[in-house]
Amino acid sequence: MASYVFRRLVHSGLVLLLLSAITFLIIQIAPGGPSILINPDISAEDAQRIRENLGLTRPLPVQYVRWISALLRGDFGRSFIDGRPVTEVLFERLPNTLVLSGAALLLAVSIGLVSGTIAATRIRSLIDHAVMLLSVVGVSLPLFWLALMSILILSVKFRLFPAAGMSTSPTDASVADRIHHLILPATVLSTVYMPQIARYMRSSMAQVLVQDYVRVAHAKGLHARTVLTRHAMRNALIPVLTVIGLMMPTLVGGAAITETIFAWPGMGRLAVDAAFRRDFPMIMGITVFFSAVVLLSNLIVDLTYAWLDPRIRY
Amino acid sequence: MSVGGRLRGPSSRVPSLPGSLPARHRWLGRLFRNRLAIGCLALLILLHSGVFLGPRLYTASPYKVRPIEAFAVPSPVQFLGTDESGRDVLARLLVGGRISLLVGWSAMLVAVALGLIVGLVSGYSGGRLDIGLMRITDAFLSLPTFFLLLIALAFFGGGIVILTLVIGLTSWMGVARVVRSEVLRWRSHDFVAAAWALGAPPWRIVSRHIAPHTVPSLIVAGSVGVGNAILTEAAMSFLGLGINPPTPSWGNMLQNSQRYMYAAPFLSVYPGLMIFLTVLAYNFFGDGLRDALDPYSVQSE
Repeated sequence: MASYVFRRLVHSGLVLLLLSAITFLIIQIAPGGPSILINPDISAEDAQRIRENLGLTRPLPVQYVRWISALLRGDFGRSFIDGRPVTEVLFERLPNTLVLSGAALLLAVSIGLVSGTIAATRIRSLIDHAVMLLSVVGVSLPLFWLALMSILILSVKFRLFPAAGMSTSPTDASVADRIHHLILPATVLSTVYMPQIARYMRSSMAQVLVQDYVRVAHAKGLHARTVLTRHAMRNALIPVLTVIGLMMPTLVGGAAITETIFAWPGMGRLAVDAAFRRDFPMIMGITVFFSAVVLLSNLIVDLTYAWLDPRIRY
Repeated sequence: MSVGGRLRGPSSRVPSLPGSLPARHRWLGRLFRNRLAIGCLALLILLHSGVFLGPRLYTASPYKVRPIEAFAVPSPVQFLGTDESGRDVLARLLVGGRISLLVGWSAMLVAVALGLIVGLVSGYSGGRLDIGLMRITDAFLSLPTFFLLLIALAFFGGGIVILTLVIGLTSWMGVARVVRSEVLRWRSHDFVAAAWALGAPPWRIVSRHIAPHTVPSLIVAGSVGVGNAILTEAAMSFLGLGINPPTPSWGNMLQNSQRYMYAAPFLSVYPGLMIFLTVLAYNFFGDGLRDALDPYSVQSE
């Protein structure tokens, strides 16, 4: 177990190194520099001085090694725009994104599992067809359009939910007010993942329900619900867990779009802003940090297999 | 994967019943009995011909700015009204659709080509090369590719070519895995051994004897892939990183409309609806294809 975790961590580290090298290369070979240098009022000498200050005049490999070695000491550098340490900004925004994507994932998993299970117990029924149909509709809905339409209808027309922000006023916000602000963006974001979970849960559960041990459980007189939750569920969850693990990387993009539309001050929006402003240390820092979070969550997903199925050992 | 493909093996050619489709084309019959899939195919044909031929019939300019006619309501002259600069909305939808479909198709082709190559090489060669390629595939799958899209587009400035390449280069992994598993499934068959015994070089075995069997999976992956590529294009254009104005695409029309959402809500309804219908049709059609090609899959109904 410990050696498996160690191997996975080393592997994740290599993947991060690869990713950081690719993004570093893209950023450095792209035409133009950081956006500060685009200012026409800056003289050529000043521009050169700024470049030297930012360390951009050194050869690329040197810059990369310096950046990596600073990173390993926990120093993500400072923003090119306002000079604030990248880590400070990251930890300011991180909780907001975790709240949003956590709520969305929770919603997607709970509704997806329940509707997938219901569909699997009634294969070819009306409700099964409805779940399958809705799941295709769900994966085809453009997230940003759904967000706009939900704002248009639920916020503007019926005034049920606030259209933007995390709370009514930044200084004092009750828990109820925060939840009220969270409902719409979290629901919208969850629609990307809910259909896939429902679909996989349905097919996985349908396969488990025809197994002999499920029939035995029914035959010995167990309540149908007990069979489902205590016997079938565990085995049906394993493939679904893989799908949830594969969703983690795509959660970032979804969060970025949701955060942009709902003016949610999270990391996704920070990443988009940093990319637009060509804030090199910020965009690199967010990319590496968020990818590390995703890789770690993948590892956690893989470790839960062993908990679901005691036969699986690492 | 396909019944037709399996029957193509030399020893198992089964004579078809008189009057019915040959066995290898029987999936077509199954597909045509799936009303939803055929309805979606019809919708797709309509969408593509509308987008590519429509501007010949509906000749309003998608670029001509007429500030006086801004936010015009639908009329016999301007079927869907005008946007904030007085440009014809329907004309922009049609031309924008061309861009969206073009990017969707070409990004899918890039992804399928790359995935096919990686999958064939990985599956047939085995050993270290296989392990290495699959490690890279898994690495790409486990990373948030959104950042690669974001950074590449922000720093190289979007546009059709960059967008196509970046979407294609970040969505080939699924194809590679499917192709690899197909190769592993077919390479142990007798006809492969026979070809090898006759002295066929590896590239010939792969390209002539194994690759054709991956075609059904590729078609299914391609159909869903076009839909996903269109969604990604629209999402990036919506963030202001994809197709650059004044060239319309469904994504950037939506981004533009966001500013006038309260004054002219319909401007944000149309492009989103077009994206939704197109992607929906591709997904349903892809599902129908999969069911027709592989009638034993659990997903089929």
